[in-house]
Parts: sequence; C-alpha cells; structure tokens
Amino acid sequence: MKWTNPLALFRRKERESEDTVRTVVSNLLYEHLKKKEQPNRQYKGNAVKTTKYTPWSFLIVNLWEQFHRVANIYFLGIVILNFIPVMNAFHPGVAIIPLCVILALTAIKDAWEDIRRFQTDRKLNNLPCLIYSRKTKSFEEKHWKDLHVGDFVKVLSNEVIPADILLLHTSDPNGVCHIETANLDGETNLKQRKVVPGFFNPNSPFEPRHFRGAVVCEKPNSDLNHFKGYIEKDDQNKTGFGVESLLLRGSTARNTDESAGIVVYAGHETKSMLNNSGPRYKRSKLERMMNSDVILCVLLLFGLCLVGAIGHSIWLETFQSIPQYFIPDNNGQYTSSILAGFYMFFTMIILLQVLIPISLYVSIELVKMGQVFFITQDIDLYDEKQDTRIQCRSFNITEDLGQIQYVFSDKTGTLTENKMVFRRCSVRGTEFSHAENAVRLAVLSETESEEEFILFQQQHKASPLFPDDQTESRRQSTRANVSRSRVTVTKPSDRAFSSPLETDVAPDQKLQQVLRGASLAEDESGYYLDFFLALAICNTVVVSKAPAHRRKAEERPSNSKKQMTNDLPDVFSGEDMTNICTDQGVVTPNPGQTQKTQLGCLVHYESQSPDEAALVHAAKAYGFTLAERTPDQVAVRLPSGQMLSFQVLDILAFDAKRKRMSVLVRHPHSREIVMYTKGADSAIMDLLEQPLLEKQVKCNTQQQLDQYARDGLRTLCFAKRILSQKEYEDWSKKRQEAISAIDQREQLLMDTTVFLETKFTLLGATGIEDRLQENVPETIQALREAGIQVWVLTGDKPETAVNIAYSCKLLDHRDLLFTLNAHNKAMCNSTLNNHLEEVKRYGPPERSEEIGLVIDGRTLGLVMDEDLRSKFVELCKHCRSVLCCRVTPLQKSEVVKLVRDKLGVMTLSIGDGANDVNMIRAADVGVGISGQEGMQAVMASDFAISRFKHLSKLLLVHGHWCYNRLSNMIVYFFYKNLAYVNLLFCYQFFCGFSGTAMIDHWIMIFFNLFFTSAPPIMFGIMDKTLSAETLLCMPVLYKSGQHSEGYKRRTFWIAMLDAFYQSLVCFFIPYWTYQGSDIDIFTFGTPINTASFFTITLHLAIEIQSWTVVHWVIMLGSVLVYFIMTLVFSALCVSCNPPANPYWIMQQQMNDPVFYLVCILTVAVALLPRYIVHALRGTNAESLHLWARKVDRLAPPERQQWIREWKSLWHPSVSGQTGRPTPPLSSDPISLEPDSPFSDRRL
Amino acid sequence: MAASCWPASGFYREKKRNCSARTAIFDGGMMKNKEGEVANRPDNTAFTQQRLPAWQPMLSAGIVIPGFLVIGLVFIGIGVALFLGSQSIQVLESDYTGLNSNTPCYECSDASKKNCTCSIEFTLTKQFDGPVFLYYGLSNFFQNHRKYGVSRDYYQLSGDTAYFKNPSDSCSPYIYDSGVPIVPCGAAANSMFNDSFRLYQLVGGTKKPVPLDGKGISWWTDYNIVFRNPPLVNGSLAAAFNGTAKPVNWAKPAYELDTSDPSNNGFMNEDFLVWMRRAALPDFRKLYRRITQGDYAAGLPVGNYSLEISYNYPVIGFGGRKKIVLSNVSWMGGKNMFLGVAYLVIGSLCIVMSLVMLIVYAKYKFPEGDS
Repeated sequence: MKWTNPLALFRRKERESEDTVRTVVSNLLYEHLKKKEQPNRQYKGNAVKTTKYTPWSFLIVNLWEQFHRVANIYFLGIVILNFIPVMNAFHPGVAIIPLCVILALTAIKDAWEDIRRFQTDRKLNNLPCLIYSRKTKSFEEKHWKDLHVGDFVKVLSNEVIPADILLLHTSDPNGVCHIETANLDGETNLKQRKVVPGFFNPNSPFEPRHFRGAVVCEKPNSDLNHFKGYIEKDDQNKTGFGVESLLLRGSTARNTDESAGIVVYAGHETKSMLNNSGPRYKRSKLERMMNSDVILCVLLLFGLCLVGAIGHSIWLETFQSIPQYFIPDNNGQYTSSILAGFYMFFTMIILLQVLIPISLYVSIELVKMGQVFFITQDIDLYDEKQDTRIQCRSFNITEDLGQIQYVFSDKTGTLTENKMVFRRCSVRGTEFSHAENAVRLAVLSETESEEEFILFQQQHKASPLFPDDQTESRRQSTRANVSRSRVTVTKPSDRAFSSPLETDVAPDQKLQQVLRGASLAEDESGYYLDFFLALAICNTVVVSKAPAHRRKAEERPSNSKKQMTNDLPDVFSGEDMTNICTDQGVVTPNPGQTQKTQLGCLVHYESQSPDEAALVHAAKAYGFTLAERTPDQVAVRLPSGQMLSFQVLDILAFDAKRKRMSVLVRHPHSREIVMYTKGADSAIMDLLEQPLLEKQVKCNTQQQLDQYARDGLRTLCFAKRILSQKEYEDWSKKRQEAISAIDQREQLLMDTTVFLETKFTLLGATGIEDRLQENVPETIQALREAGIQVWVLTGDKPETAVNIAYSCKLLDHRDLLFTLNAHNKAMCNSTLNNHLEEVKRYGPPERSEEIGLVIDGRTLGLVMDEDLRSKFVELCKHCRSVLCCRVTPLQKSEVVKLVRDKLGVMTLSIGDGANDVNMIRAADVGVGISGQEGMQAVMASDFAISRFKHLSKLLLVHGHWCYNRLSNMIVYFFYKNLAYVNLLFCYQFFCGFSGTAMIDHWIMIFFNLFFTSAPPIMFGIMDKTLSAETLLCMPVLYKSGQHSEGYKRRTFWIAMLDAFYQSLVCFFIPYWTYQGSDIDIFTFGTPINTASFFTITLHLAIEIQSWTVVHWVIMLGSVLVYFIMTLVFSALCVSCNPPANPYWIMQQQMNDPVFYLVCILTVAVALLPRYIVHALRGTNAESLHLWARKVDRLAPPERQQWIREWKSLWHPSVSGQTGRPTPPLSSDPISLEPDSPFSDRRL
Repeated sequence: MAASCWPASGFYREKKRNCSARTAIFDGGMMKNKEGEVANRPDNTAFTQQRLPAWQPMLSAGIVIPGFLVIGLVFIGIGVALFLGSQSIQVLESDYTGLNSNTPCYECSDASKKNCTCSIEFTLTKQFDGPVFLYYGLSNFFQNHRKYGVSRDYYQLSGDTAYFKNPSDSCSPYIYDSGVPIVPCGAAANSMFNDSFRLYQLVGGTKKPVPLDGKGISWWTDYNIVFRNPPLVNGSLAAAFNGTAKPVNWAKPAYELDTSDPSNNGFMNEDFLVWMRRAALPDFRKLYRRITQGDYAAGLPVGNYSLEISYNYPVIGFGGRKKIVLSNVSWMGGKNMFLGVAYLVIGSLCIVMSLVMLIVYAKYKFPEGDS
C-alpha cells in the first residue's frame, strides 16, 4: 500500500479517529518505506514524556499556568493599579516584589518537579530491549524509545516489558508466559499469558518475518483487565485473542526464558500509562468555610476602601481655598473631589491589599506539606510486616480527617485480614468439624507476634499429628523454623497467602479415616474423592515450581528484600519448601537436603484470591496435592502417591454476577468429562439436580452452611456435573463462536457459561475463616466513642456479616437489631414506617445508640428510590451502626453519596479491594488499605494505610491535630492581616485619606514575608493541643472537630474584633504619645510597627499550646530577624525607596527610651483582654478539651488515673455526652458494666 | 495495673520500648538485625514522632496572679516616673495666626500684606530652665499627604547636578518655572515655612536680644548623609545653582537662604532640612531654634519678653493655625502627660485584675493541676 495521495492520508487519519479498532501490521514488511509512508506511523512511539515544560517554553507556560490562579490575578491587578499614576500608593517597582517572590517560588518548585520527571523519563526511555531487525535477521538490543507499534520484541525472563505486546511466541513448551503485575496493580501473584491461538509452535524458533497478518484490536484504553481483538491473516481467517495474550508494559516477565510478540500499544497509549492519572485535588471542608470568609474579607476591604474614598472626597471639600500641600496635575489643574475620591478607592485597595490573605494560601500549602510529613513519619502507622508507611495521596485534605462523622467500611480485607484459613467442611451432608485445626488456630490467634509463634512451634512439634520418627528432625529444625516463620510473617506481601496460619491445615481425623477406607470404585466415597479433587483443581491457583524464579524476583533492585536475601541465603532458599512440606514431615534448613525430598514438595502456590489458596492447602493436607497446572492440564497427586493428570477443557472464570466458577476436565482414567464448580450457596443450591435422594444431602448441607455463616465463616459450595461427549462438543462449538465474536462477546460468553452450569450434583461445602485484623474491635469502639457512626458495607451474606459485626463490636448483643429485608417497594415502605415508629420511642437520634440496622442489597436498591430515601436516612440517623450486606460496588458508593448529601456530613470510606473503589471515590475522605487484593483501592484513595487499626490514630490523633492546627492557623492569619491593615487604615484619618503609609513599604513587605510568616506556619505544623495518648484514651475529644469547633463563623468574627481592638491600641497609644510633637512620619510608624509586631507575635505565643525547642527557636528567631533586618535596612537604605527616607530611623528610635515605653504599654494593653479571657477559661476549664489539657500536663501514671476515673463516671453514656464533665473528685465511681472494655483493663 | 487505657497505644509504645529486648532474643538464633528489610521504617526520633519535650503553659487564674501583680507594680512605677518627669517640663505656647482682631498679628493675617511684622509679648514669672527650645507649630497642615510627600526629587537633594537640569517627574507640577528647572523642585520644598522669629528680653524698656542657635536643629543623618549640596563651581554655591530657578513661593533662591552663615545654605540649610522631614500628623511643631548661648544658656530668667515675628506664611486660607512654642525637654522628650497617666491606669488595672483572679482562683481552683 502506498499513501501518496494527501487526501487519502487525511482520510486514513480520519478513519483511525472514527474507527473503534486499531489495525497493526508488521513493520518489517514496510521497513524499506520512508517513515511517513509506513502504515503504523500514526501510532505513538514508545518514548514517554511526562514533563510539562521544555527548557525554552518553561517561563511562558509556567507563568500562564500560574496566572490561572485567582490569587495571582489579584496580585497582578494590584500591581497594574500601582502603575497607574493617579492611583499608585507605592513606588511601582516595589509593588511587584511580592508577586515576583510568589511566582518565583512556585516556578522553582514546578521546575524542580519537572526536572525530576524528566530524569525518570530519560531513564525509562533508555532502558534496553530487544527489537527484531530485518537487516540482521535477529533481535538487536536497542532502547525503549526506539520501539514502535508493529515492531517485534523479545522479552527475557525477569525483564520489564517495554510496551503492550501481543504474545506470539514463548519458549515455554505449553505456550504460556508468566508476568508479575506488581508495578501496575500491586498484585504480586503471577499471571499467566497465552500465545495467541494458532501461533504457538514450540518446535521452531520465532520468525517475525513470516508474520503476515494484521492485528485488529481495540483503541487504547485504560482497562487493565480487558482487551480483545483478532488477527486477520492473508487468507481472511480470523483468530481471536483476549487480555490473556497481552503483555502489559511495566509488568515483569517471570518463569519464561523467552517470549516474543508484536507491539500493539506503545508509549503513552499503553494501558499502564493510561492508568497513570495525576494526583487528586480535593478541597477540604475547612477550606470551603475559609473561602467564604475570604469573601467576607473582600467585602471588608471594599468597605474600608469606600470609607477611604468617601473620606477623601469629604476632606477635600472642607477646604475653602487650596492649601500648599494639594498637588495639582501637570496642567496645574486640581482634580474634583468626586474624581479624587474615585481614584482614592483604588489607591486604598493597593494600600490595604494585605487584608486579602493571599499569603494564607501559600502558607496553607506549606503547612499541609508539613502535616503530611509528620503523618507519614508516624511510626505507629508503619506496618513492619509489609514495610509500608501510611501514604498520603491527597495533600490537601489532612484536616478533613479531624471532622469525620460517618465511616463506611468494607468488611473483607478491611476489618478482616483477608487471610483465609480453612476451618471446616461438610461432604455430602456430613460435617467434619476439624477440631484439631481449631486448636492449632486458637494458639495462633492469641497473637501474631513472633514470641507466641515459637510457642506454637513447640506445641506443634509435640503434637500427635506428626509421627514420632519425624519429631526429631522437627526439633532440629526448630530454630530454622523460627527464623523462617519470622521471614514469612514479616513479608507476606511478597509471598502472598503463605503464612503458616493459612498453609498448615491440621486434618480432621474422622475425615482422614473415611478417606483411608475409600477407593475410587465405591459409590459414596467417590464423592469424597471428588470433593477433594474439586478443592484441588477447581481454581486458578498457579503452581510455581523451583524457588529459582522467586530468587530472581527477590533480586529486583527495588525490592527491599535484597538485603535479607544476602543475609540469610540458606534459610531463605529452604523457606518455600518448608511452607509446603510441613505435612510431608521433612523439614530441613539445608537446601541440599531439601532437593532430595519428594518432588511434589517443591511447589509454591500463587493464587489470585486467598480463598482458593486456603482450599488448595486444605486439599493438600489430605494428600491431594495440586502438583502442576498448565492451561491444558492439571495434575494432582493422590494420597497414594499416584499422579492424576486431568486434561483441562475449559475454565469458566469467576464473576460477580454468577458468583461461581467451573473447571471442565477430562478424567484421565474414565475419560469422562467432568465439570467441577464452586461458588456461593445461593449460586449453586438452586441449580442442583434434584432426585429425591439428593434432597436430604442438600438440606443437611444448607443447615451446615447456615451454621458456618453464623460462626462468621465464609462459605463455598462444591458441586460437579458429568457431561457426555456429545453435550460437550455441542457446547464447545457455541463457546468457540462466542470467543471469536467481537460484538457482544461478553454477553455471549456469559450465556454459554450459564447454559452449562446447571444440573449439579452437590459434593460438599467448606467454611473458611476470614480472621479479624488485630485491634479491630478496639478501633471501632474508639471511633464510636468519638461520635463517629460506623457503617459496614459488604458483599457477604447477612449471617456472616452480622457475626463479624458482633465480633468486632460493631453490634452489641444488647442492641436492638432491625432488619430491612423486603421484596418490593410497598413492603419496604411499611417496614420502614414500622421501624421508624419504633425507634422514635427510643428518643431523639442523639440518644438512641442501642439500635443497629441490617439491610441487604436488594432492599437497599428499593430504599434508594426517591420517595423512600428520606425515610431510610431518617431511620439511619437513629441507628448507631448499619450493616449493608450483599451490596454491589455501585450500591456502596450510592449509600455513601446518599448519606453525605442527605445528612450533609463528613464521610470517610475505607476499603481494600477493587470493589471499594467507587465508595472510596464517593466519600469526602477515601482510605485504602494496602492489602492483598491489589492496589486499586489504594490508587483511588486519599490516604493508604496498611491496617484497619491505624484508622484510630489517623483520625483521633492526626485528624484532630491537623484540624486544630490548621483552623487555628487560618483564624490567626485572618487576625494578623486585619490587625496590620487596620493600622494603615487608622492613619488615613490623620492624613486626609490620602493613602499615605506611615510604615516604609519595604518594611511592610518584610513584615509579611519574613517577620510574621514563619511562626504561624510552624504553629500550623507543630502545635499540639493534646498528647496522642490522651486523644486516644479519650476519643470523645474528637467531637470538637466534628462540630467544627475549631473554626466557626463566630471564631472568625471574634478574631476579627480582637484584631480591630488590638490595631486600635497599636495605633492610638503611639498617636496620643506623639501627638503635637515634631515627630516625622516614619519615626511615628516605627513604634507602631514594632508594637504591632510584638502584639501579633505574642498573640500567637498565647495561642501556642505546647512549646518545643522548635517553637522557641522560631519565635525568638522572628524577633531577632525583626530587629536585625529593620536595623540593617535603616542603616543601608539611604536611597532604596526614594523619595521615602527610612534612613537611620530605627537606630534613632532605639536610642529613645520612650520608644520602649510606648511599645511595652501598647503590647500590654493590646493583649490584656485575650490574656484575661484565656486565664479565666483555663481556670474553670469549662470545656472537656481544656479539662483534658489540664490532665494532659500531669505525669503519665497520674494522668491514667484521672482519665480512668473520668471514664468510669462517663463511659456508660459517653457517646451521648457533649456537656462538660465534672472532674471526678469526690464522687464515687459508678460500678462498671461487665463487658465494658475498660473494666478488664483496670486489673 | 495496666499502663494504658487503650490497648493500641500501649501496644505500640511497649513495642518500641521492648525493641532491643526482642532483638536480644533472636540474637542467639539466625535472626540478624532486620534493619535491612524495614527500609521504609520512619525514624523513631522525638521530632518525627512529635514527642519533643514541650512546655505546655496553661493559663489559669492561679498562674496569672503573680504576673498581674508584678506587671501592675512595675507599670505604676514607670507611670509615676513618667508623670513626674512630664510635670517638670515647662511649656509656653502662643497662637499667632491672628484670627481675632485683638490678637497682635491680626494685621498681618491679611494675605495681601507683604513683609509684615508683629510681636507677641509675654512675661515669665518663673525661671524657664534651659536649654529652651523654640518651635513653630502648624495645624491642619497635611505634610503627610501622600502626593505632597512624594513631591520632591531625592537625587536633586543629594546634590546630583544631572537632576538640576531634568528634575524627576515626581516633582510635577513644580518642575519648571517658565521653562527653567526648579531646584529644589516639588511641592514639599515650595511650601517651606518662611516665618522668622526674634526673641528679646525686655530689660528696662530696652530690647535685649536672646541669641537663637540654629545649629544642630536638624537630624544628624539628614545634614551629614542624606542631603548634599551640589559641588561648588569656582568656589561658589550660587554658581552651582546656575541655570535653575528658585521655587515659586520662595523669596530667595536656595543658596541665599541664610545670608548670615554661608555654610547654612543650599540644601544644607537646617531650616530647610527640618521642613523637608515630613511631620507624621497634621498638627505638628518643628524645631526652630535653641536657646543655648550667652546669658540664656541656663534658661530664660524671670522677666518680660517680646517675640518678633516676620509674618509671611499663609495658613488661614485652608483653616490652618500657626503657633510658637517655647519648651524645655527631659529624657522623655517634650511635655506629654498621656504616657504617664496611661501607665498608671493600666498598672492599676493589672492590680485590680490580680484581685479578680484571686477571687476566681479561690472559686474554681483545680486542686492538683496547678501544683
């Protein structure tokens, strides 16, 4: 094809933009053509550029961006006003300085960030990769940036994949390639990728020159899990492929020596780059409130300017004749009073511009950076096991953490560990309780700390489960075990689902006996075998064999484990095997010896969901070891040692709609086609074949399932179906059609899947425990005491969810529990009405705290309806906890939005999985838990923590601190600006409203820039009202933030009034002192400025609640800087700012005792009211906050005592209490309720 | 007894404290120092963990009582000193605007009269301690008007002759007098106060002149650093001002301001310097002369005096007033009762506050907190 016609070129481009598909052909065929004639040329190259600027465009682009901010435009406006001669208040050159400083600072910051981006880009673009060259007929090493769509690339094991590549060849005999996508989604397990069907030829080397087809695929999109297309060969044959053939840029090839393919997306069009969205921008509640006050400041400024303008006009009118000090214009004419007043309005804006706290915005950004620094530095929020700190992904909502009223939490992985532990199972209606396993877990569940684990190891080795002859070797290896367990425990993120807690299952003896007596021939026991086979193969668990690839994986430079690998080489290599082999009995720290143990031992399971791994481990405990899995076959070793290899015909993957997955295999001996299915009971029980015989089994199993759910276990049902060859072939044909379809493929696939999954025979059910994370009950309790409503939204069934809710103290057994479960709207409405009437008998919403509500997904869908919404919300206000079960991700976010908008409250969502992303986005604050379910939740979140328990410190301590700090700082900033500006305004009454400043303009700039800028920023970052311990002990203190007590309109006005008073004092005491004397302007201004400086600084000193070294240094430093800079300025500045003349004035004043007397008196009078109010408030400690501050100053043991006594008085009804508690002095402590969390700890 | 009320915090802290102990347990085993695998672990320092030792002042009645008491006493002390200091200062003021027909300068207040002279007579019944300062005062004169203030050329005033030919625009419209550049330009210079005073003691019917000292009445820095005369041309200041015009309102050019003392001319004329230093407030006084010489070095003795005023400066048009002030000064400057009284009032207020606080303290004391 030759595209010489420009019109055709145009058309082609047009087509590309309109088409829904992209067509990629091999570049090799067109290599001889010129660049612009190649068919793939319109696709982007692989070089990435994330920089915003180029060196020559930096200044313009950056300035352009900066002037998009309102604040900078305001500044610019002021500067322009200053250049208009009739309006200027200052020397125009000087007025530019603040603007320049701010622009320069921001530009430097932007440039620095951009340089860092540039460096990363360059590093990335110059990474090596192997590209096929037609000239040399081989793969040549080039750079990532040289890669184009249509090129052929070879990827070696452990290399990072340079672009999105369609897999056409691998060195693996099965035509698969494994990739690790940790860089993309954080999932550390391996994912299997298959060569496009029909291209796999294991016997010959890959020859790109023979590739003639055209790859037709989707346009670039960001969905990591979906990709479809087909290869159209010359003979019009189409071969379909999906995401399972796509190697994603940024992932790492593992386990496969060589793989090769054609590049379909490159550079910015790759899925990983499209997923790379920038940081999020949110505006916090405090900032929203503040902005409305900024508008008040604007109004105030206009008011002041108007007074100035009118005052000037009136003043001009008072003169009958023109005095010498009126300056006519160039023509000798005098401007009319009205016009002069009009000009004066703008001059006043320039003079009083500081009233609009532009510097506040810059300061807030700095303060938030500092706050984020301290949050991420908190060692209590550091998770040793994952070696992760808390991540603050949004920099500008730290203070929202202090105002949360509703917490919406996911259950699995958030409240619970998402470490699945096999607990019990039922086979054909017979329950096996696994009591031994329960004992083992009980020991472990005490704690996860290493000390306890040694204990377990010791018990474990003495356990009768292990034959005597193995005890010796076990004992020898105890030490290695200890260290091994430690390694495992500390690094679960790298080695998903492999802690001994999950991998070791102690078999049930009864079940073992049944199995021992069983053989394949017998009818009933055949079910047992089927059950375990289903456990072992009905999953997508990948078996990774030799530890070699793991070693390599560990050696990734970015991996923190490198160090450890060096330190503990021998122990480490033994680790994988010991995990797997414990039940085989032979454990040794020596890798040489391990090699000799059974081959099957050397396996490591990688699964996408922890449930599956738990089931495979459980099957292994009974001797059904999943030994190998390839796309085509799966091998299981039976207890007898015999290896069974099933041919895998198809895998019907799990999806949320069906809630089940199936594996179609051909039995090696009987050649029967068997489908094993596992799934939620609701998804299987209705699809059973129902001969009369089965009814009993079903009934029993259902009972046991309900029991499991009541015990808080996750339940799964297992079933099988035997297909005839004919049935399978018919289905298979349909399936193939569905796969190659490009329209509605999803729907067709779903239809075929559902078609097959029916007429099941029930095999059994399993109960898997999802263990609560540590300190979850305490955390929820603390949040509750802090006045936060906790909602749990889960996809689990109500029984399981309610049980978890009880065990994590979300619900109490004394609570009144309402259930909303309705099939239609009318019923839903009446239930709602009933409940509402009932709760109203319990009093107003604030008092009723013993009510819980359970609602399921279907009913939730009904109440979301417009007319029921408000009733539901009304009911929820009365409930202290709400549990939503079986909800979809979308419903989760709808609930959050409903509560947030209807109640107008601050919400926080916390979750760990992809299903929580919507909810996390919907809430005011989204918190992600970096767990095992990948990184999607973290990517969507504002804050990412590693454990749920961290939430209490994050909210109660950091949230409280950040909120108080920032709100105090904002109030102070408003105060400071008005206090200073009002001085200038006062002077206008004595200079004919002519816009004169009695303070040198440079000093005024310095005042904001140097003298009074650092202390409030430090105040906003470091001030500490209460210690972390007190805040954690008394969560009630959090309520002050919820009610926005730190920053209210009233607080704002009080601060403004105080500022007004103080500036009047600062002006009029010097005024009356120097009245009628021969003082000149700047000499008059110096004591005013100095007194004002001290007033403003000492005002802050009164507000600072804890003085650390930093506080002292900065406060004293500011004073020092003030004197040094003004002295130096007055000494040097003979002519800096003509015609003003500040020369030697400060020195002159500092030689005059009156200067000091004036300053001292002024500062004392200005601060007296605030000081007295503080002293009086501190005396009777009216608020709980002040009371806590008093307690906080006591020595720790004494403090504990006080808080305990206070709790004993107030705890029973603490969450409803907002008034002031009487310090527990003489009254007797009320007897504690038996299950109060504080009662047992008193002993 | 358990140390903490909430397990997590105790748990964390214990963990930190026991850190070394735990490592010790594992030292015997294979466990190496695990710093290597905790690369992200935050530094456990008092600063990063926000546990710097802090002073947490908490204002309450008990604490502020001594403070108020001390401040009150100190302030009262200062107030008394200031009050007494101010009391000892003698001031004699006389308005000579001549608005009323019975005032001596009524005749001269007519703007059309040129070279008018009037005199005020006064009697001292008490010795006026020296050194005595003679001020002239103006009311409703806004030297601090913004445009008036900038209406001068700094470079010209620092003797830069380049600006003699092209004065700065800031002087507008007082730049050129019929095309000739004005030096010193601008409204500030143009409006210079030009009344002059002579003081006589009336001794037995004769006028005994009281010597008035015009040296050192301006700021040292103005005289020595900020203001400079242009370099002399042929030893003559007048030649240096060649090609320039005098300000419109001036009777004489700058180099002839003081005919008695050639060194007190041009921009270095002290009266000019005093005038050019802008007053902060519209009612101000400016130092005119000091009485430090001859028989009057110790002050003005009891007797009758006559102040002869050459009345030139018009103020009535804009509602201004002119006055003459005789005053001596103390360490705290001129007479001003305000500061002393203010200190006394605030000091007393502090004492009262300390009493109030005492009552509050007795009522609401927090038994253990204040110890």
